[in-house]
Amino acid sequence: MVNLTINGIAVSAPEGTTIKDAAQMAGIYVPSLCYFKDLNEIGACRVCVVEVEGESRLVPSCNTPVQEGMVVRTNSPRVREARRTNVELILSQHDCHCPTCVRSGNCSLQTIANDLGIVENPYETELPKGVFAQWNKDFPLIRDSKKCIKCMRCVQVCDKIQSLNIWDVTGTGGRTTVDVSLNRLINEADCSLCGQCITHCPVGALRERDDTDRVREALADPDVVTVVQIAPAVRTAWGEGLGLTHEQATVERLAASLRRVGFDYVFDTVFSADLTIMEEGTEFLERFKSGELKEFPMFTSCCPGWVRFMKSQYPEYTKFLSTSKSPQQMFGATTKTWFAQKIGVDPKKIFCLSVMPCTAKKSECDLPTMVNEAYGKDVDLVLTVREVDRLIRSENIKPAELPEEPCDSPLGEGTGAGVIFGATGGVMEAALRSAYFLVTGKNPDADAFKDVRGCEGWREATFDMAGIPVRCAVASGLGNTRRLMEALKAGKVHYDFVEIMACPGGCSGGGGQPIQDGKEMAYVRGEILYGLDKLANVRFSHENTAVQALYNEYMEKPLSHRAEELLHTDHFGWSLPLAPGKKA
Amino acid sequence: MSRLNIDMPSQAQNVMDGLYRDLERRLQVSPVGICQVDMASAFIKLCHAQTCGKCVPCRIGLGQLSKMVESVLDGTATMETLTLIEKTARVIADSADCAIGFEAAQMVLRGIKAFRADYESHVKTGHCACGMDQPVPCVAACPAHVDVPAYVALIQEGRNADAVRVIRKDNPFPSACAYVCEHPCEHHCRRNMVDDSINICGLKRYAVDHAGTVPAPAKAEPTGKKIAVIGAGPSGLTAAYFLSLMGHKVVVYEQRPKLGGMLRYGIPRYRLPAAQLDSDIENILSTGVEVHTGVSVGKDISMEELEFSYDAVYVAIGAHTDKKLGIPGEDAEGVLSAVQLLRDMGEDRAPIFDGKRVCVIGGGNVAMDVVRTSIRLGASSVKCMYRRRIDDMTALPEEIEEAMAEGCDFEVLQSPVKIETNEKGEVCALWTRPQQISLVGKDGRPRPVDAGVADVRTPCDIVIVAIGQKIVVEPFEAVGLPSNRGVLVADSAGRVTGKAKIFAGGDAVTGPATVIRAIAGGKVAAANIDEFLGYNHEIKLDVQVPPVHLSASPACGRVNLKARPSDERVKDFGPVLDGMSDAEAQQEASRCLRCDYFGYGNFRGGRTFKW
Repeated sequence: MVNLTINGIAVSAPEGTTIKDAAQMAGIYVPSLCYFKDLNEIGACRVCVVEVEGESRLVPSCNTPVQEGMVVRTNSPRVREARRTNVELILSQHDCHCPTCVRSGNCSLQTIANDLGIVENPYETELPKGVFAQWNKDFPLIRDSKKCIKCMRCVQVCDKIQSLNIWDVTGTGGRTTVDVSLNRLINEADCSLCGQCITHCPVGALRERDDTDRVREALADPDVVTVVQIAPAVRTAWGEGLGLTHEQATVERLAASLRRVGFDYVFDTVFSADLTIMEEGTEFLERFKSGELKEFPMFTSCCPGWVRFMKSQYPEYTKFLSTSKSPQQMFGATTKTWFAQKIGVDPKKIFCLSVMPCTAKKSECDLPTMVNEAYGKDVDLVLTVREVDRLIRSENIKPAELPEEPCDSPLGEGTGAGVIFGATGGVMEAALRSAYFLVTGKNPDADAFKDVRGCEGWREATFDMAGIPVRCAVASGLGNTRRLMEALKAGKVHYDFVEIMACPGGCSGGGGQPIQDGKEMAYVRGEILYGLDKLANVRFSHENTAVQALYNEYMEKPLSHRAEELLHTDHFGWSLPLAPGKKA
Repeated sequence: MSRLNIDMPSQAQNVMDGLYRDLERRLQVSPVGICQVDMASAFIKLCHAQTCGKCVPCRIGLGQLSKMVESVLDGTATMETLTLIEKTARVIADSADCAIGFEAAQMVLRGIKAFRADYESHVKTGHCACGMDQPVPCVAACPAHVDVPAYVALIQEGRNADAVRVIRKDNPFPSACAYVCEHPCEHHCRRNMVDDSINICGLKRYAVDHAGTVPAPAKAEPTGKKIAVIGAGPSGLTAAYFLSLMGHKVVVYEQRPKLGGMLRYGIPRYRLPAAQLDSDIENILSTGVEVHTGVSVGKDISMEELEFSYDAVYVAIGAHTDKKLGIPGEDAEGVLSAVQLLRDMGEDRAPIFDGKRVCVIGGGNVAMDVVRTSIRLGASSVKCMYRRRIDDMTALPEEIEEAMAEGCDFEVLQSPVKIETNEKGEVCALWTRPQQISLVGKDGRPRPVDAGVADVRTPCDIVIVAIGQKIVVEPFEAVGLPSNRGVLVADSAGRVTGKAKIFAGGDAVTGPATVIRAIAGGKVAAANIDEFLGYNHEIKLDVQVPPVHLSASPACGRVNLKARPSDERVKDFGPVLDGMSDAEAQQEASRCLRCDYFGYGNFRGGRTFKW
């Protein structure tokens, strides 16, 4: 332990602790802006500077470890002046039109400036203009250079965690800023659209394309039947953006809220997650038995960020992706066929919205391969959880005051297996539960495949399926995924079935989830999903009675001709920019 | 009022002069990868501030130039703006009344011509075309990219053996470099912004002098691949060392009886003691490198044979033959080449110059080596004849100073015209033609021209020609290695076009250059040979680098190494410079600003852990 004094208080902290963390242990809070633990410890904003006795200059508390006998002051006149001035300087290059910013109320710069009581800025505002302020507003990921404070977190998360290097420092000197790397436009880049840069941005410089107006249009049209699906991971986080507790923020209360917004049918993507298991599980067993997975495994295809990664970084392995559509798209296809028939509505009149913890889903629903001549797009529009929270707020709905209401039937029915789709390893675990049944004709213990859970970025386990070992691996985060792919390519590892989720921790940590600056929430939220699974009455996808009804009444069986047409896709039917230097 | 007053600099002027000096040092260490347009904009502003305001082109023109260049940076300029910038600068250069205006405009013109692509990129895309790197200055400036902040920090902690390990990750000649490296790392040292660059080379010497024997790291598993290295100089032995660590079998062919190349046969002992060189070579050989000395490739063994018997060949033959003056009398008895003299010294066959008058022709580092060696060999007088000025000499300033202190006369602006011989055919005088310094040539150096006065006769007994070395390329050209203007041709990866198995580097490719560039060539070749053979062995940093200290030390003088008294040191070939004391090394190391951490370092590119 290291002993030091902070603001006159004796503090004892383990060696290697930063001054900022040590201060927090003593109940002394030092504000910071660019700092993000373990990701961005570069001391760039100089907001967290403190005075250390004996040092000639102020030091950043975020990346300076404590030393024995150190005497630190976090609120001396010198520190106050520096902190305030540096925040004022940042504000002079920040578009401070807070009322029209999606991060208003959840912006670290706003909070710090308000906390410091800055009501006037002595520095003249200078914002990027012309080409430096342009962006393709049709792209699902939007960057506003006028709000960027150059904290570099987006660069770091894309480089270090996602290994895609989409962002880079550009310009030099006083014009240094962040932009798409290699002088590309964003639509020319091999961006996975994971959205991690958004959730790591302390201000409103990065956000998703806001599509809530298109929802309002659909809701306003009396001829349109509006159907909304709620992805599994949404139930772990939607309340964060509305000030609800976890206990309050149930999927049932979200269903009640969405009904108040005006949706005709509120359904649950957990239904189509179970459906995905039926298709993907059956597909896996077929491909496994045929021997085509000897060299390379079958990969899950639920995560559009991962599919984009595969197609841009490792296009030559695209054929190893499962052809099964993602639960979102299967949901849309089912809604506009079976369900439309059931309610006797022209599917072209159905507006199918999904609420997703994900930014890549916005692009997935627009793929040219996700349309059908008979009914058009599977899913018409995707809102991230942040957008749906804004939509609810805009309707002046107070979810906390609403009763819990179940989702509608039949596409509102789901199992515990479908629920855990929202956490890393969940798709694999759900698939194994049903694959076991399909192979042996009997259910395994629902917790038999727990070994694929965990928070390591790359996990592996081998399971016995009626005497045949099935080698499985799970990875989340694209940096981990790249390591796994390289190991597979080099022949260092061999698997039969691999689950990938682009965001660290899976969808619960998705790039479309509410933002809690400085916190990585994926595993906390993932635990909620595992808790729901534990409590679920039904924990096997093949026991979902709505899914069974769908097969009995319409799809016949997994991989049937109709299922192939509606529930599977051609990953070669569209393209995106390849990784720099990669040739088609 | 008095009729006349003595001008006294005002307090303000004193401060201003201080700021100018600070600015000069700052410019010297301008980071690499900086936007040239941004820099041009800053220069024009500075120049415009200097204008007296009398004349139109300078007073208004520079201001307009400044605005236009700024608009390029702001992304509001068009291609027409670039044309207008050029036209305006041309007119200012042509019509300004004094140098404040026309020199400023010339700078703009030179810049826009040289960085046209960057200007156009700004206009067309709003982006800068220059590399956006802000690497650690000393590491980037070192051709071998040795991790300077790491070893300086280790020296401060007294971990000298670890400092040597850090250096060896990129350079297996820490001892030789500690004594003779030209230390380009110091030129860009950010500490220049505070006071003066760190004495990196001096600190390295402290480390190697105090490290004791540091064993080489463990080798990788044997690969079964065999590599021939031709030439046991710094480049060849560097490649041999790294390739050997990577697990390959390396066999070095050296035509001279001992190893070290120019480190042994080109650098006098008073600069690099034999023991220091030998310790580096011992470490290199300890990795299992096999050596064959006295073998000349092309004579004793053919290149074809090597190509046939080895999986790869690295040609690092150095530059070991001399350039000739081409003046009458050059073949006379008593005329030596620098290469010949230094080689004889390296082979312990020192000639006797007792009482002889020596004239050395040349102004480079080798000329200084020859001058100072001649003094030590007992010459009664040593004159250095050079056709330009001392300012124009390519030798390091400290080499020139030390040669002066040791008693060498510098006869500058003298161009040799003939060597006079006596009836026995021995040298008796050197005739030179006095020169006058003149216009600056295309290379940026002022050229000497005939001063138009009578030739000068300098009586002497020995003439030593030190005007440069050449590479013996013929045997390699004969077997199909490409060459150009007397050097072998290899690409930046060391590959030789048309010869898949053959790599080349060092002086043989660069022309006579520095030790550290030769070492860098060997390192690059090792990496690419390894890859060519189908491997990706990694040379890793195996030392924990000490954490940084918080605040930088206040402005503090740089510790320079002290020379032994000149009258004493000329009597032997012992080292001229004394190493730092413990206290000096501590203080000097503490001056390091740790750019591997502070600034861009802790964001990007602070440290290369492996290559």
